Amino acid sequence: MTPGPKLVSILRQGPYLIASIHTALDDTQMERFRQDLIEQIGQHRSRGVIIDVAALDVLDSFGAHTLRTIGDVARLRGAVTVVVGIQPDVAFAIVSLGMSTGTLETALDLEEGLEYLDSRVSRGNGAGAVRSVPTQ
Amino acid sequence: MTVHDDPNVAEEVSADFPAIDATDEDQLLPQLVAHLREHRTKLRQEWAGRIQDAGLLHAMTPQEMAAETTSVYDNYVEVLETGSVEALQRYARDLSERIIPRGVETHEVVGIVLLLRDVLARSLFEKYQRDFGLLNRVLDAYEPAANRIANTVAVSFVDERERVIRQQQDSIRELSTPVLPVRERLLILPMIGVLDSERARQLTEQLLTGIRTHRAKVVVIDITGVPDVDETVANHLVQTVDASRLMGASVIITGLSPLIAQTLVTIGVDLSKMDTIGDLQGGLEEAERLLGYTAGRDGGAGSP
Repeated sequence: MTPGPKLVSILRQGPYLIASIHTALDDTQMERFRQDLIEQIGQHRSRGVIIDVAALDVLDSFGAHTLRTIGDVARLRGAVTVVVGIQPDVAFAIVSLGMSTGTLETALDLEEGLEYLDSRVSRGNGAGAVRSVPTQ
Repeated sequence: MTVHDDPNVAEEVSADFPAIDATDEDQLLPQLVAHLREHRTKLRQEWAGRIQDAGLLHAMTPQEMAAETTSVYDNYVEVLETGSVEALQRYARDLSERIIPRGVETHEVVGIVLLLRDVLARSLFEKYQRDFGLLNRVLDAYEPAANRIANTVAVSFVDERERVIRQQQDSIRELSTPVLPVRERLLILPMIGVLDSERARQLTEQLLTGIRTHRAKVVVIDITGVPDVDETVANHLVQTVDASRLMGASVIITGLSPLIAQTLVTIGVDLSKMDTIGDLQGGLEEAERLLGYTAGRDGGAGSP
């Protein structure tokens, strides 16, 4: 639809989907991204979704809201969502503007996000414990 | 000295009178300056005496005072002559830089400049008292220049003071919120001193940058050194915790004193999302547990 380089890429990596947002999206683009991503979760039967926002230096309230919605919808379709790479400035803005991020899971970067998904997905859904319990 | 000077003045005044009267206005100022230069020693001493009488500048020794008053006097007369305040500005800033650490107050600096203005004006009165018309014109030339000088010195002094205050604030700000890596992926942030919103904002910013650079997973914020926590500060803490969570790090708060804990509960801040532990030691142990380190003392060996 939009000419020029892609604004978003959604890649499949094993049981996970990795969605990278390359540039600031307007509301329509954000909406489209949400639909695409949710559709692909079903197509690929993904168990986890990573949304990488490292390239964003601004995130408006609609963007934050959409990310939260994606998380909620993905959960209903059986996938865990984690947002990675939130920049310090963005994190501070989200908090100081009082945008609620609700149940959204976050991790430092892609690597951490993958690790988090591994701990949540492969060993059953319920036990979300990251830390290893010392063996007796 | 004065005895030697006085007849000179009388002579000169009588001799100059018709000459000045005849020349135009811009001749007045040079005449004035020449007069002030000529009686430099006497006027300066009179001024120093007045300063002492007024009890100003007691932070300085008599020698220092003599040196400073001489150079202030020379600068003053020079500005009267040239009308350029830049040199005086530079000198006043330099002087302020030297005397501010000695505890010299604004009213003292303004006071001595006004005294000098007064001393010089009196000497002009004395010199031109015989001709009121001329005296008026001399004062017309002198007063605006003198006012400008007093203004410049006061402003330079206050500017310098504010610069020093700003500098100190900056360094306090930098010093008081270090973000320290203790172990891999574990940061501690010992907070010292009063938190205002500006500092809280900076602290959050530093912490978030620290989380990014050190790839931290757990942060321990120790607030033992914070004397008082009110609602604003508490909300800042909650924000900091939320923002860190968005960066993928969990935060443990330690060092809440009994008093602060009670205050927070009384004012009803929502601290349900905060992970708090009594002291820094406990906080570090908990952080290490979260990171999967085994705690040192109870060891890995199976207990019976």
